[in-house]
Amino acid sequence: MNTKVTIAGVEFQNPIMEASGTFGSGMEYGEFVDLNKLGAVVTKGVADKPWPGNPTPRVAEVKCGMLNAIGLQNPGIDVFVERDLAFLEQYKNTRVIVNVCGHSLEEYINVVDRLAGENRVDMLEINISCPNVKEGGIAFGQDPKMAYLVTEEVKKHAKQPVIMKLSPNVTDITEMAKAVEAAGADAISLINTLTGMKIDVERQSFVLANKTGGMSGPAVHPIAVRMVYQCANAVKVPIIGMGGIETWEDAVEMMLAGATAVSVGTANFYNPTATLDILEGMKDYMIRKNIEDINSIVGLVK
Amino acid sequence: MKVKDTAKVISQSVLAEGVYSLIIETKAANYAVPGQFVSLYCQDHSRLLPRPISICEIDKDVSTLRLVYRVAGKGTDEFSKLTSGDTIEILGPLGNGFPLEGGKPMVVGGGIGVPPMLQLTKELEGSVTAVMGYRNDDMFLTEEFVDNAAELVIATDDGSVGTCGTVVDAIIENNIEADVIYACGPKPMLRALAQYAAEHDIKCYVSMEERMACGVGACLGCVCQSTDVDDHSHVHNKRVCADGPVFLSTEVEL
Repeated sequence: MNTKVTIAGVEFQNPIMEASGTFGSGMEYGEFVDLNKLGAVVTKGVADKPWPGNPTPRVAEVKCGMLNAIGLQNPGIDVFVERDLAFLEQYKNTRVIVNVCGHSLEEYINVVDRLAGENRVDMLEINISCPNVKEGGIAFGQDPKMAYLVTEEVKKHAKQPVIMKLSPNVTDITEMAKAVEAAGADAISLINTLTGMKIDVERQSFVLANKTGGMSGPAVHPIAVRMVYQCANAVKVPIIGMGGIETWEDAVEMMLAGATAVSVGTANFYNPTATLDILEGMKDYMIRKNIEDINSIVGLVK
Repeated sequence: MKVKDTAKVISQSVLAEGVYSLIIETKAANYAVPGQFVSLYCQDHSRLLPRPISICEIDKDVSTLRLVYRVAGKGTDEFSKLTSGDTIEILGPLGNGFPLEGGKPMVVGGGIGVPPMLQLTKELEGSVTAVMGYRNDDMFLTEEFVDNAAELVIATDDGSVGTCGTVVDAIIENNIEADVIYACGPKPMLRALAQYAAEHDIKCYVSMEERMACGVGACLGCVCQSTDVDDHSHVHNKRVCADGPVFLSTEVEL
């Protein structure tokens, strides 16, 4: 049985990753998950300097999902390299994808340049889709021209293959996918969270201090499957699919729609072993369906 | 050590209006210390996020935890219907807990901040003064504090029992002296206590509360503002779930 997948020349032992922002750099989940068994650890977004993030409350539950407005709190690239990358050094079987965020093109480039000499970094994921920061983030992710520009600049500086992470908060996600592909992106990942809002009817006020937050969890899964399918039919670059994946069925569904690999996000919060549970379920499915190579199901449903 | 476990419900009872006492059997009990909490997961899967509930009592001999909580929404309402023999998914114990210091201790609880002070009272050395604040005479856990503390002082918002007013009013009225204060309760109470402690040069630990998602320090959902730069993100945000919930009162902005 082959569970290996390859994205932009980088080989992953299996297609299961966790989604940026839900898993830190893996340290907090090492008690529950053998990080060496994951396809990749995708780190929380890192900027060139520490970011304090948004005021609290930052999280709220909604039916079959949640809203978050963390605001990309992170320690900045220097601490990240010294602490988080050093920590990940011990997991040789697992690929490391560093999620990069910035308020401006210059800030993205600062991080990309800083990571150029870091051999432990296998790929970069550029976050142009965070709905919770006002500048940068989603501003780049909702305009195909801006997305093209960021991708093109990042590609000039990056020493690792570049994944562009797309926002679902657009009219036509295939336009964004095509723009970043044309600018040289090596892969795309989708979907980031959908902008949502929750109002407390007793207090008659917003639940989140930020008013709006990114919605994730099983409720968004069908939207993610649809968008992955659309992008798979619009671009040639490989896709990392995410959005509400909590079971192996969700992961297989995403791959059938066209994703080469999948990321597990919110499910980590209610099942810390979700990633490895999904991997086991996927292997059972392969045995039951007599699937020799997991790559054979990618985009199988046309 | 944290464990994800299917806990067995031993019993559940009502202590006051909307306040429940749930005893569960779980491996998590073997690792728990006072001031820690557990994440409880709902059976109804439309409610995804775990509910953080403080640990009221720990019995390592029989691997049980007692959780005393107030019904505050649909999740806790679901928990209140659990009966003996049911199971519930839990993750814990989580957070750091109260450090057991020497000197004369005072434990202070307000409302649903009362429960975590019970196990602490049982484990502290020396004669513990317990100061507990309630809305009115619909109180809970008072007998347990009478049994385990040297002294129990009560404050109620409506004056029906003890001092009419806040826990700080009760401390002043009863002239309570202490070397260390341990507290859990609403933020205004913690703020007032921190100020009282600073004025009287008393070391004060406070247990904080915030909306949580992961419960293990990964998502950065539940931060509180810290006076010094934090170790995780190098800003001024400490994670209530992982760096806390217990902090020195001088460590956090209240």
